[in-house]
Amino acid sequence: MHFELNEEQKLIRKMVRDFAENEVKPIAQEVDREHRFPVETFRKMAKLGFFGLPFPEEYGGMGADSVSYAIALEEISRACGSTAITFIAQTSLAASPIYRFGNEEQKRKYLVPLARGEKIGSFGLTEPEAGSDAGATRTTAVLDGDEWVINGQKIFITNGSIADIVVFTAKTDPARGTHGISSFIVEKGTPGFRPGRDEDKMGLRGSITSELFFEDCRIPKENLLGSEGEGFKQFLITLDAGRIGIGAMALGLAQAAFEAALKYSKEREQFGQPICNFQAVQWMLADMATEIDAARLMVYRAAWLKDQGVHFTKEAAMAKLYASEVAERVCFKAIQIHGGYGYTREYEVERIYRDQRLCTIGEGTSEIQRLVIARVLLGL
Amino acid sequence: MNSIVCIKQVPDTEIRIEIEDGRVVEERLQYVINPYDEYALEEALRLREKFGEGRVTVLTLGPERAREAIMQALAVGADEAIHLADEAFQGGDAYATAKALAEAIVRLDLEYDIILCGKQGVDHDNAQVGIALAEMLNLPHVSVVTGLEVAADKSKATARREVEEGKEVVETPLPAVITAQKGLNEPRYPTFTGIRAARKKPIHRKTAAELGIDPKVVGAAGAKLEIVSLSSPPERSAGRIIPGSPVEACRELVRLLREEAKVV
Repeated sequence: MHFELNEEQKLIRKMVRDFAENEVKPIAQEVDREHRFPVETFRKMAKLGFFGLPFPEEYGGMGADSVSYAIALEEISRACGSTAITFIAQTSLAASPIYRFGNEEQKRKYLVPLARGEKIGSFGLTEPEAGSDAGATRTTAVLDGDEWVINGQKIFITNGSIADIVVFTAKTDPARGTHGISSFIVEKGTPGFRPGRDEDKMGLRGSITSELFFEDCRIPKENLLGSEGEGFKQFLITLDAGRIGIGAMALGLAQAAFEAALKYSKEREQFGQPICNFQAVQWMLADMATEIDAARLMVYRAAWLKDQGVHFTKEAAMAKLYASEVAERVCFKAIQIHGGYGYTREYEVERIYRDQRLCTIGEGTSEIQRLVIARVLLGL
Repeated sequence: MNSIVCIKQVPDTEIRIEIEDGRVVEERLQYVINPYDEYALEEALRLREKFGEGRVTVLTLGPERAREAIMQALAVGADEAIHLADEAFQGGDAYATAKALAEAIVRLDLEYDIILCGKQGVDHDNAQVGIALAEMLNLPHVSVVTGLEVAADKSKATARREVEEGKEVVETPLPAVITAQKGLNEPRYPTFTGIRAARKKPIHRKTAAELGIDPKVVGAAGAKLEIVSLSSPPERSAGRIIPGSPVEACRELVRLLREEAKVV
């Protein structure tokens, strides 16, 4: 066994941590309060190569391993959850399926600008009637000559209304259930494709979450991603990897809340002494640190398994499930340690508490994670 | 434009230094590139970009762990590195360190138009190595520089430096040693492709013997100074809150500043 990061992973952690602390964290409270997508941060990240991290150099990326990608997400999340979810939507959800399932031409046309951050990407899976039950997708795609005609609606789509390139799913053969779903790529400005309203969310308010509408939207035949009927399988694979991302995000948010609580407990005095002297607070801090440590090991291991090219479905689901539930508990305690101040918008733990709440829901609820884990355990 | 940038790995400035038995406890320390050296490195990278040619060579003296600082410098854009990695180089003072750097530059016959250093290391704060290095190489030096212009023919440079209550502009022939002060530039972040590229860049590890340097003139043996004792600064005493209305409190504050602290 060997628990140390390699030289490159350490360099990446240092670089991302410096960047996050200097460029991302200082505006985290503001973008949350103002409900503002920080486009300047997106551009800075693009320039440094964040969005191409996991993709090969020939497609505008760096070809870093999954552990490095998880570390980068963890460090960005430690500074700002909104920026992290934007990063995940761009890289894990939009660019990654094009890299995995796209043909060479699609990779050149769509993956390269996404990896370089010249274009904003988004992944449209969820629909009003199709959440955890993605098989219930109602959006349809009908081939008409050289074009697919798309009709339907997507909701809760991160980066949706600002995206230049959207990967989405639609039914091509409604009779075949999950085997009748296919994936497509649509570009912003295509007639019949338009974003609806942006959601007014509890947290991650510096990220965009939108509705998307397709009304007789015609896209070229070649915008089918992979083969017809493979859509369901493709997004299961995409979400497997995406779960490591959400796990890393939960981990970073938990780490930030813990650090804020640790610092506050040393500064805040009650009964004539810092509250960290009280065992009640010490036990909370000890539990927080222990759970974060366990979550980190699980997230890194899932990423490492992916890098080894072996099955990681169960471990990714476990890491996502555990890390997101740890984030909830850690943030709860962080606010408890802050007392009344923690309940105000003055302190970042209030924001982090709202931001982390998405992690037990997005890219598969905790309940779906347990289902995934149980299926692997039972061989179903 | 060829530059040599001397960098030092120092304890992270945000970390509390613990002292036990007159020695710094190194086990729990985290290390970074000396912040002033980052300005020096950034300036070298900008000069290379401005002239569109040349190499940036990073030179460091330090233990094995200094490799981390080297990798960071390579990731940010330096072309190659020389690591004076030998027990013989360790434990020296500013003089012995400058001696080792100067010897290495001469014996490796490095080509350079300029040598850039941080104005001081934030660990021992001697602010001597760059200047001593210039002396040993028989070069001019300009210290504490906040602005630098190199002539198109690379024959001279104009440096801006901060002096008490003003700015001084100095012209120096090149090559010269320049020591960098905060404000010289804004260091960049390494890009991910820079991090990836760092792995393939050469790091030349050199011992005193390989360089033909007499081990008695460098490191602890060559030091002119000896650290006799080390101690932590005294704990800062708690602040005092002056009660009363703003007017009363101000009056009391001024009285205390005048009579107790004797600063006004």
